[in-house]
Amino acid sequence: MKQDIILAGVGGQGILSIAFVIDSAALKTGFHVKQAEVHGMSQRGGAVQSHLRLSDGRIFSDLIPRGEADMILSVEPLETLRYLDYLRPEGIVVSSSTPFINIPDYPDIDAVLGKIREVPGHIIIDSEKLAREAGSARTQNMVMLGAASRHLMVKKDDLVGFIGVLFETKGSSTVAANIKAFELGRGAAGPHA
Amino acid sequence: MKAELLLGDEAVALAALHAGLTAAYSYPGTPASEILEYLIKLKEEHKHLKASWSVNEKVAYEEALGVSFAGKRAFVSMKHVGLNVAADPFMNSAITGTNGGLVLAVADDPSMHSSQNEQDSRYYAQFAQIFCFEPSNHQEAYDMTRRAFDLSEETGLPVMIRLVTRLSHSRSMVQPREARGENGLTYGASSDWTLLPVNARRRFKILLEKQPGLIRLAEESEFNRLELNDKDRSLGVIAPGIAYNYVMENLTSKGKAPSLLKIGAYPIPETLCRRLVNHVDTVLVVEEGYPFIEKTLRGLFGIPGKAVRGKLSGDLPLSGELSPEVVRPALGLPGLPRRELSGFQLVARPPQLCQGCPHADALIALNKALEGSPGANVFSDIGCYTLGAYPPYKAVQTCVCMGASVSMAKGGAEAGVSPSVAVIGDSTFGHSGLTPLLDAAAANTNMTVVILDNATVAMTGGQPSYASGERLLRLIEGAGVPREHIRVIEPLPKNLEKNVKVIKEELAHEGISVIVAVRECVVEARKKKRRD
Repeated sequence: MKQDIILAGVGGQGILSIAFVIDSAALKTGFHVKQAEVHGMSQRGGAVQSHLRLSDGRIFSDLIPRGEADMILSVEPLETLRYLDYLRPEGIVVSSSTPFINIPDYPDIDAVLGKIREVPGHIIIDSEKLAREAGSARTQNMVMLGAASRHLMVKKDDLVGFIGVLFETKGSSTVAANIKAFELGRGAAGPHA
Repeated sequence: MKAELLLGDEAVALAALHAGLTAAYSYPGTPASEILEYLIKLKEEHKHLKASWSVNEKVAYEEALGVSFAGKRAFVSMKHVGLNVAADPFMNSAITGTNGGLVLAVADDPSMHSSQNEQDSRYYAQFAQIFCFEPSNHQEAYDMTRRAFDLSEETGLPVMIRLVTRLSHSRSMVQPREARGENGLTYGASSDWTLLPVNARRRFKILLEKQPGLIRLAEESEFNRLELNDKDRSLGVIAPGIAYNYVMENLTSKGKAPSLLKIGAYPIPETLCRRLVNHVDTVLVVEEGYPFIEKTLRGLFGIPGKAVRGKLSGDLPLSGELSPEVVRPALGLPGLPRRELSGFQLVARPPQLCQGCPHADALIALNKALEGSPGANVFSDIGCYTLGAYPPYKAVQTCVCMGASVSMAKGGAEAGVSPSVAVIGDSTFGHSGLTPLLDAAAANTNMTVVILDNATVAMTGGQPSYASGERLLRLIEGAGVPREHIRVIEPLPKNLEKNVKVIKEELAHEGISVIVAVRECVVEARKKKRRD
């Protein structure tokens, strides 16, 4: 059993926080984990991604081979498309619909979303709206984690538990907002999606 | 001890601590920064440990060498191009030899994710004629670093750990082992450590005499492993470091395994290579970085009767990092089916200066001051402000290496460039900009240096900068720049006009001038606010 996930977004959107929560839940279950991250220059508002690999057996490569990813989990729609060729033909996409526009030539957002909708089994979530509903626009990453949670090979309770661990030092209201964001994302993705 | 989820960088750092480390030094640089970051964090629980950022890599290496001279275990880490800066003490430390274990971790950046080149540090290890480890995973990063300290003391030489971005910045589980205590204080023999020609000749001979022993150690190392397939002699693969992972990733599910030599310790294990080559018809070398092993194996004329494949043969690319899918065709396997992004034009999203960044205001003012000066050139340096090369600023015209802005502006001015401007950050100035300023001040070169003092090493995550604030101003004055041509501005939108005027005045001055643009990095200011 294995799950290869490309996490995508823009530097500063908190994809490493998503990675931490999934990693921790996977390790608790007893899975092997490898997680390749981006540090340095790209963190300054550039495109960032993380290759997250979970398996009950040994994992060799830190990078997911193109064509092996089971899921693209993305906090930004244009960034979803950037890694589409990592996806296995039957892989799924869980993507935010909220564009992060910090470049002058950002393409037409409807065209971007249209392209994502071509992937069967896509889940597109208005992460900004739900994050605001949860109490902070900064919780979009947890909205997206929630939206993907039914498709992850880790337990929901563990994910929620490690969201608590991650934001513990920032106070109980931050923890609550992030857990609420997770639940809203999970709900929006639908029980059967 | 409990297993931990660590970055490759952190695994190396933890191993160094557990190896009985006394002191660690570094200068920030992607992808190596997290090594010393982690050791600084570990200091909280390990009060004996000294771990601090140095002003540059050369200084870091020399500080570590001083610790080793005194019999204690020393560790120094840097990015690949940092070793260019530290090359002088590095090369000579192989001649002096070491007393306490001295380990150097160098992180290469194939694909140049955050670097100016993708040089391969294995050549440096070979150049200095020292032992080098190249881990393929996190546990090896830990185990090899532990071993490296012992090996350094056994051989009396520094030992290199060669990392690459994808291991440095990947997380996985590491099982640590019982920690060892520190060494006592013992001084090195002065005749070994004073490289006057008479001593240097003797010491170099000793280094040369050690070489067969180093090769033997590599041959016998648990980190070099040869598996021969007796049923199929068509292909043999040599895979060092993380290249091994990409080979295995492609082979695990496919059944047929070629003969395989996994290399994790250098000098290149000659006998193991020979045994593999004799066993197979074709040897494929899969290595991250330059074709270091492939070139050695092939020599000038190749191996009669054998095919050697790899980067030089075109089976693998000569530039850029490897990946599972890049290695796949070289192993004769078909590509995996995958989803294609057809009919959509992706646009790049390059990194950029943050909202409210003081560099942006400084560069806008500089651009404005230079309007109507078609002969101007802005030589720049390594830091966030290099992003000022992108639109909308397009404010800087060079980025070569740490400190080069100041020296190149002097050269440019002497060639007739006017105005000749250097743009450099405070930490980069402390690293390598002060010495060329001394040159320019002594010659009173007609140039203007703009120092962007944001009080931190911003690009790599906010490490401390030493050439900042009052100390920076005193350094500039001490270098010999006339006091009236050291001007301080505050780069803020509301000060634009005032700042343009100051810059224009100094550009017009016939001689050396320095403008210091002082405003704290917005990211660091935000971090500080959150902490308070």
